[in-house]
Amino acid sequence: MDSAGDSAFGDGAFIEVDRVEKVFDVRRKTGFLKRERRQVRAVDSISFTVPRGEMVGYIGPNGAGKSTTIKMLTGILTPSGGRLRVAGIDPSRERSRLAHRIGVVFGQRTTLWWDLPLIDSYRLTHRMYRIPDARYRANLDRCVELLELGALLDVPVRQLSLGQRMRGDIAAALLHDPEVLYLDEPTIGLDVVSKARVRAFLRDLNAERGTTVLLTTHDLQDIEQLCSRVMVIDQGRLMYDGPLAGLHEAGESERTLVVDLERELPPIDAPAPARVVRVEGPRQWLAFPAAQSAAPLVARIAAEYPLVDLSVREPDIEAVIAKMYEERATA
Amino acid sequence: MAESSAAGRRVGENRLVDGVRAYRMIAAMWIRSTMAYRASFAMTTLGNFAATALDFVAILLMFSRVDALGGYALPEVAFLYGLSSVSFGLADLAIGSMDRLGRRLRDGTLDTLLVRPAPVLAQVAADRFALRRLGRVTQGALVLAYALWTVDIDWTVPKLLLMPVALVSGAGIFGAVFVAGAAFQFVAQDASEAQNAFTYGGTTLLQYPPTIFGKELVRGVTFVLPLAFVNWLPAAYVLDRPYPLGLPGWVAFTPPVVAVACGALAGLAWRAGLRTYRSTGS
Repeated sequence: MDSAGDSAFGDGAFIEVDRVEKVFDVRRKTGFLKRERRQVRAVDSISFTVPRGEMVGYIGPNGAGKSTTIKMLTGILTPSGGRLRVAGIDPSRERSRLAHRIGVVFGQRTTLWWDLPLIDSYRLTHRMYRIPDARYRANLDRCVELLELGALLDVPVRQLSLGQRMRGDIAAALLHDPEVLYLDEPTIGLDVVSKARVRAFLRDLNAERGTTVLLTTHDLQDIEQLCSRVMVIDQGRLMYDGPLAGLHEAGESERTLVVDLERELPPIDAPAPARVVRVEGPRQWLAFPAAQSAAPLVARIAAEYPLVDLSVREPDIEAVIAKMYEERATA
Repeated sequence: MAESSAAGRRVGENRLVDGVRAYRMIAAMWIRSTMAYRASFAMTTLGNFAATALDFVAILLMFSRVDALGGYALPEVAFLYGLSSVSFGLADLAIGSMDRLGRRLRDGTLDTLLVRPAPVLAQVAADRFALRRLGRVTQGALVLAYALWTVDIDWTVPKLLLMPVALVSGAGIFGAVFVAGAAFQFVAQDASEAQNAFTYGGTTLLQYPPTIFGKELVRGVTFVLPLAFVNWLPAAYVLDRPYPLGLPGWVAFTPPVVAVACGALAGLAWRAGLRTYRSTGS
């Protein structure tokens, strides 16, 4: 057992993942009593480190190995190979000890008590984590204020909206002052206002407390507004690890400018690399590199064409990754 | 942070104390959840009482036609029934919801328990703690009281001592079956029905005298799945009856040993099951 503690890594690498793999034995029925055994590499030799206080987005298509990685980092799953440390602790060996130092929010699985007032779930956390009273009260007050939970504390969880419940879940994961917070799809299914509130809170948490945050998401805006760094995983392999802008370059992803003109016109003569990809009556769609600003393009069109309205659509993560994957395949 | 790691170490000190503590906290939460619907609680408790009491009604109906069952008169069968029902009822009340583990495995919610600083077994044992199961314990206790009132027992000190010991040990043996059954669900997630055959089926079996069953079955229930130690053997001693399979008299006092052994085996099975889950995730 490695009990070197935090000092062995200092602030350099709070989360350390070194050639970690997870191989599952999948058994499939191929006939009566006949079974075929097959090995699936859900995580295939992944390495990365996360320094204390960083906010990292962890993205990838469904079944890419995101959840498996998070489960290994939280001690739920034991890795098949490689070395893994969180705050100097081997998660699978010291699951309970690690639990005091991490917070986990599973987006679609609430840990709150359905039939009881919200505050009751927090009281249980208070006792189960043995949080000193003063600290519990301070943390609860802070969460209640910033996540606007004051009016909800006495409401049974089953009566909360999805957004309210998510905020409740995030608060529950933070009462014991975790040094790292894992969020699995924290904004899934939330309305725009709730999303903004959750994001603002996470930004504050990271800035003021220095809490390390690792979040998985399908929402590119989560990453854009929160994460300085993004990791892309596909088929168990780390495809990209760096800033978001670099991901757009690596994936050569494109944003779409949708313009409504006063009347039907021939395709707009846009400066390369922007180009018209679709025309439908007075509405035209232009694609341009995501890493490039939309402003010059908009200015040019506004100057030369009878513009009524316009909007910019961000590329979604799936498209970016798919594009990146194509690049690799053809390279 | 220093405080939280100190707390972490403290938690690691004694898993049993930790487990009991977590169990009590979670069970209390479930009781409060239940009390959010008081009327429903009252109805289901009554329902639990009535449904389990039907088992005894079946026995009463049989005795309306015969005077003895396998050589046991009604008060003696009631004695067997009472011992078995109270033992099983206590185990069922305490950890009967463990058979829902399969559901948690299927929908992935076991993971939410694994990231908490408490033993998983205690959390699963307390999961959906259902106070309505007091209904079964109550009706078992009433039948046992009736038996003690009517049956002709030549009470001695060892017999008096054996009664509570047998009840607690019996609950322990059934509890071990619940834990082992839950552990098996890690491998076969829809095995709760198979488990019910041993738990609910087992207690029904024990409500009748061993003398009406075939030797092979009695042997299996004694040496393979030692349910006979719940009531058949202690009852043979208290009622001065011949022992099944010609076992020696002292076996009537072995239920605590059997319960501890079963508990240890079930604990090992649980650990193996949880290890399987944590390496396969399904």
